[in-house]
Amino acid sequence: MANVKPRVKVPKTASKGEIITLKTLISHEMESGQRKDKEGKPIPRQILHTFTCAFNGQDVFSCDMEPSISANPYLEFDAKVEESGTFVFTWLDDDGSTYTAESKVAVS
Amino acid sequence: MTKSRVNPVRGVGHMGRTIVSKNEIKWGLSVSLFGVGLLSVGLLSVGLSIAPAQADPVDDTLVIDGKEMITRTAAPEGHPFKEVLSGWLFRTEETRALEADSFQNPAMLGVDEGAEIWETVEGTAGKSCASCHGDAAESMAGIGAHYPKWDPETKRPVNMELKINQCREKNMGAEAYKFDAREQKALTSFIKYQSLGDPMSIDLSQGDMRAWWDKGKELYYTRTGQLNLACGSCHEASMGKMIRADHLSQGQVNGFPTYRLKQQGLVSLHNRLRGCIRDTRAEMPKAFSDDLMAIEVYVTWRGTGLSMETPAVRH
Repeated sequence: MANVKPRVKVPKTASKGEIITLKTLISHEMESGQRKDKEGKPIPRQILHTFTCAFNGQDVFSCDMEPSISANPYLEFDAKVEESGTFVFTWLDDDGSTYTAESKVAVS
Repeated sequence: MTKSRVNPVRGVGHMGRTIVSKNEIKWGLSVSLFGVGLLSVGLLSVGLSIAPAQADPVDDTLVIDGKEMITRTAAPEGHPFKEVLSGWLFRTEETRALEADSFQNPAMLGVDEGAEIWETVEGTAGKSCASCHGDAAESMAGIGAHYPKWDPETKRPVNMELKINQCREKNMGAEAYKFDAREQKALTSFIKYQSLGDPMSIDLSQGDMRAWWDKGKELYYTRTGQLNLACGSCHEASMGKMIRADHLSQGQVNGFPTYRLKQQGLVSLHNRLRGCIRDTRAEMPKAFSDDLMAIEVYVTWRGTGLSMETPAVRH
């Protein structure tokens, strides 16, 4: 799928043990599989079905996404940070593609 | 919207009309548009059994990235309203929050794409937008708030979409974008986004702009389509009321291209104008046609002084 672009927002700095808010937005059609094209043929489903967020290799948050989720899904969640490191965000597409984004946070 | 089983006689009865058809299927179709009929009747204050629900604009302040937007301001001279109001004030709390956070705003994905197009070399001249215009944050600041403009060459007003196409053809040797091409909406949003917060105004003293304004005004108040509605029927006379489950705003254009949640993507002004005209069941003028350009000139003037909110988020 063309033009799939993840955007993530993570604070650049945090204090030890702080709960920070992470925001993600990704451009994706989220084609539900329920629609038909002009000739009446069903348009095959193509959605982002899984999202995960890991911090220094350890899973922080993950979820499954279903066909009724709107285009360009936005997800927001919190994480408690004890040390500096990198958040890795991963989206899995029905067509087998994987989209990732990374963001570093410095903990003092 | 297909063959509704609602008793058509009851539905029509509410509208205080005497024309009652026994053809259930034929009327069943129009019953689902009952809300529209109800409002247009409401305008004329003809025997209403239900008072139309009020959906007054909220008292709230829009701040985007620390910049306060002008969402209500005194109307220009000769305007039917005392105060012009941004459509943002008519939306739900959730939709308003979506626009107020430039990260959450899904239209910003389009703006990001526009920023890439800005830097992309296309056409026989081997140029990108940036080759001539440099950094858009400087060269395009405040530009988008003053379109449509008079174009002395084609002797008609041009909006941002047409201006981009002119530049592509004349200076880049690239093909003009087709109406509502993904790239057209992205680049238009990106350029207009450089004017975020700037008060919208257009120069009517140039060329024949005043004549186009007159034409736009005439079209604005001309009833059209099977439902016999003018722009003004909803956006002036019924502003603040409900149309079915939706709030009627003043129909301001300061947020276009805008992200419509209903369409899950960026929607251009001419797409929305056509959609509105389609909903009156009239024939739709082509995008960028004289009729729609005249309406664009007129309705842009109607929002004089409102902050540019491109890319706004609406229902």
